[in-house]
Amino acid sequence: MGDVTTFVLYGLALSWLAFSFARDRKKAEQALRKAWKSFANILPAFLVVLLVLALVVVLLPEATIAAFLGEKSGFLGYLLASVVGAVTLVPGFVAFPMAKVLLDHGAGVAQMAVFISTLMMVGVVTLPLEIRYFGVKAAVWRNLLAYCYAFLIGYGVWIFVKVVR
Amino acid sequence: MVKDILRTYRGFFVLLGLCFVTFFFSPLLGRKVFTVALQNILFMLSVVPPVFILVGLFDVWIPREMVVKRLGEASGMVGIGIALALGAFAAGPLYAAFPVAEVLLRKGVSLRNIWVFLGAWSTMKIPMLLFEIQNLGPVFAASRYFMSFLGVLAIAFLLNCFLSLEEKNRIYPPFEAP
Repeated sequence: MGDVTTFVLYGLALSWLAFSFARDRKKAEQALRKAWKSFANILPAFLVVLLVLALVVVLLPEATIAAFLGEKSGFLGYLLASVVGAVTLVPGFVAFPMAKVLLDHGAGVAQMAVFISTLMMVGVVTLPLEIRYFGVKAAVWRNLLAYCYAFLIGYGVWIFVKVVR
Repeated sequence: MVKDILRTYRGFFVLLGLCFVTFFFSPLLGRKVFTVALQNILFMLSVVPPVFILVGLFDVWIPREMVVKRLGEASGMVGIGIALALGAFAAGPLYAAFPVAEVLLRKGVSLRNIWVFLGAWSTMKIPMLLFEIQNLGPVFAASRYFMSFLGVLAIAFLLNCFLSLEEKNRIYPPFEAP
């Protein structure tokens, strides 16, 4: 699923680039220079984030996450789930199948919604990167608000699912 | 030159060292760390180039007035709608959204719309929604999507209230001579 959108993005970028070269060579070259510059600027931070991710994912394996989210994990497990979701940054195409497996094994709907939401919206690992763009206060507040709101999402999804069933 | 590279990539080298330390203590885990790291980097390098090319083209070709009118301070509901759509039809992880947000800011998009855009990018992507429906069913996916939608708007609104004018001005990147 993610592959299709990446493919579309490549198509979009390349056709615009071709159009740009046809219309105004100078402008096209300028665009490429700018593209490279903003990439080179952020590459060091990207690499740091990706290495931290690799270390976290390997040293904190799925089995541990599953244990946190088990049926009998209680409120503490609920809280731990949100923390794990906030720290790790798993792409959706890994998170959703994982959440399905956990749901099939008795994890709660609310916990899963919180887990997925914090996974996607809160990134402690990417926080330094975000700070570079938006400053400390804005970046920290955005993540904090998203973290707190994830619990509301959990509650809302729990109610919706209950009503429909 | 070498010194510059060492300084710029300081964090990267420190973490690389940490990976080697892991390898030293447990070759099995260490090899896994390196494999995952390489996968991550290759994934980033495969997803991110079109994003940056589009950022560059956008910067050069799209006039500032056009963006300000549709997504600036006075853009209202239409601006919010466009910001939501921009984020929802994007692809790639959240870290790819930051450079896009930067160029949008430079073109005069209001901060509130930037928060909406980031929120939509992080949790309201349409391709992800389809995948979520496949895996977790329409009720779960739709209700989570709806709750996320409310949250994205609420967070954008609250962030705007929390930041002082001075802090907001500092976020805007300096104008670049074309």
